[in-house]
Amino acid sequence: MASATTPPETGELKIVKDATCTFCGCVCDDIDLSVQDNQIVKAQRACVLGKAWFLNHDIEDRPSCLIEGQPATLEEGYDRAAQILTGGRYPIIYGLSDSPCEAQRVAVGIADWIDGTIDTTTSVCHGPSGMAVQGVGEVTCTLGEVMNRGDLIMFWGSNPAESHPRHFTRYSLMPKGMFTPNGRKDRTCVIVDVRKTKSAKAADHFIQIKPRRDFEALWTLRALVNGVELEADEVGRQTGVELAVWQDLAERMKSCRFGVVFFGMGLTMTRGKHCNTEALLALTRDLNAHTRFVAKPNRGHGNVTGADNVVAWRTGYSFGVNHARGYPRFNPGEYTTSDVLARGEADSAMMIACDPMANFSEPARAHLRKIPYVALDAKETPTTRSAAVAFTVATYGINTGGTVYRLDDVPIPLRPAFPSPHPSDQEVLTQIERRVRAIKGIRGQ
Amino acid sequence: MSTPFILIPGRTSKQGCGISEGKYGDNYQQEINTLQVAAADMQRLGLESGDRVRLTSEHGQAEASVAAAKKDELPEGVLFIAYGDVSSRLMGADTHGSGMPTSKGLDVEIEKLPANTN
Ligand code: SF4
Repeated sequence: MASATTPPETGELKIVKDATCTFCGCVCDDIDLSVQDNQIVKAQRACVLGKAWFLNHDIEDRPSCLIEGQPATLEEGYDRAAQILTGGRYPIIYGLSDSPCEAQRVAVGIADWIDGTIDTTTSVCHGPSGMAVQGVGEVTCTLGEVMNRGDLIMFWGSNPAESHPRHFTRYSLMPKGMFTPNGRKDRTCVIVDVRKTKSAKAADHFIQIKPRRDFEALWTLRALVNGVELEADEVGRQTGVELAVWQDLAERMKSCRFGVVFFGMGLTMTRGKHCNTEALLALTRDLNAHTRFVAKPNRGHGNVTGADNVVAWRTGYSFGVNHARGYPRFNPGEYTTSDVLARGEADSAMMIACDPMANFSEPARAHLRKIPYVALDAKETPTTRSAAVAFTVATYGINTGGTVYRLDDVPIPLRPAFPSPHPSDQEVLTQIERRVRAIKGIRGQ
Repeated sequence: MSTPFILIPGRTSKQGCGISEGKYGDNYQQEINTLQVAAADMQRLGLESGDRVRLTSEHGQAEASVAAAKKDELPEGVLFIAYGDVSSRLMGADTHGSGMPTSKGLDVEIEKLPANTN
């Protein structure tokens, strides 16, 4: 894999034009970086999250490899990792949403060689949306189309002001487009949420629903869009919002020229999960009898969308894939990492650029603590601290190149700023794969 | 006495910046350990910013410091905390066949802790 560019002389200021920020799914590729002494000192056009991402990823002063918390050589680490992954009966590989596609591809290969399960952070992000897409289909488009055409911009259970800060300004609300020449003035923004989040300020209409009533609210809209009469008291009781407000919104949705609803984990993480998203996608489908309407998940991590794409093109499914029978099987709830760990099934694991020790339920964390696992991360996390083998890797997009997918499935190249003494995750995974294949006696390409 | 609430864990920009600064840094740790409470609920429960509370769900317990939510950001009866260790301790492992544990909209009870309880 392409390594980072040549380091400049000490003190020399280097400018990297159009660098790509991989902190969130917006994957802004217009950032101008000022680099001095292997440190980014300025990240022009980056938002608060992007600045924190670029300015805090200098060279980590930690060993590239730790085995049981003790410094070890990379060779020792690769050997031990391969032993761990081939020594168990139920290995699982998880994470991948902060790695470039080239590294993700190698990880899927390893899962295949070891008859293991591969799952990505999608399963605890928009996995339920993936299930909903399989159920009812998806009407979609790129962010470029939203910018050029979108005149009704909705957000449901998503707070981009805090999670994707340039979403409004770069892609969805403010930019002037081919059919929206006046930018914000040509668009109406509606935000539906249970909290009056920081994003609500950007809305022309903010609709505050009762907590855990997204499903009821979405089916109310489906009914109205399809001309079904509803009982006003019941709608108010179920959704916390008057029927007249929903009627007004349904009319706006039907009469816009190009509508888009961006949805977040307010839908996928709340009771109902894939049923909530399914209701939204079905509503979007219904609306296309009246106008052009699309729905898009606001994906969180920089390359979680790439993880879906890579796992799908290599196995046929986008997350929660098991190879135990020698061919890929998909079953959320059975092969998804949170479940596999909480049920105590996995007996070895590899955690790539993810932090289940911080984010998973207590039963899942307790089991992970008991089994040997390999962790790859650019920073020290609760997951790297408890790992049998922990690799400190170079930061993708800052130290290494490659490809990531923006939240609208558009691939974007990375432009690294300075090299790292730590290996890239692709290098680590390639070395582990080589050893796994040797242990398994697999020859050839 | 404990009082029932609905807890919504979520992202914040401070928590996001904290991830890049390092999860063992003060900013991240402070953000994921601070529970936002609506002003009316603070008053009702006699809470002041900085007070410690114990949160109890069907699945676990955790402690956090309290801060008043901004203006009308939270409706009464709803709490907010940035994703992290505290919110993970309170969620269950069951994903209902989806792969996703119910991580938002959790039923919790909160109880004020006496000062100096850690
Ligand atoms: S919006 Fe996201 S990708 Fe763009 S600069 Fe901010 S954190 Fe980076």
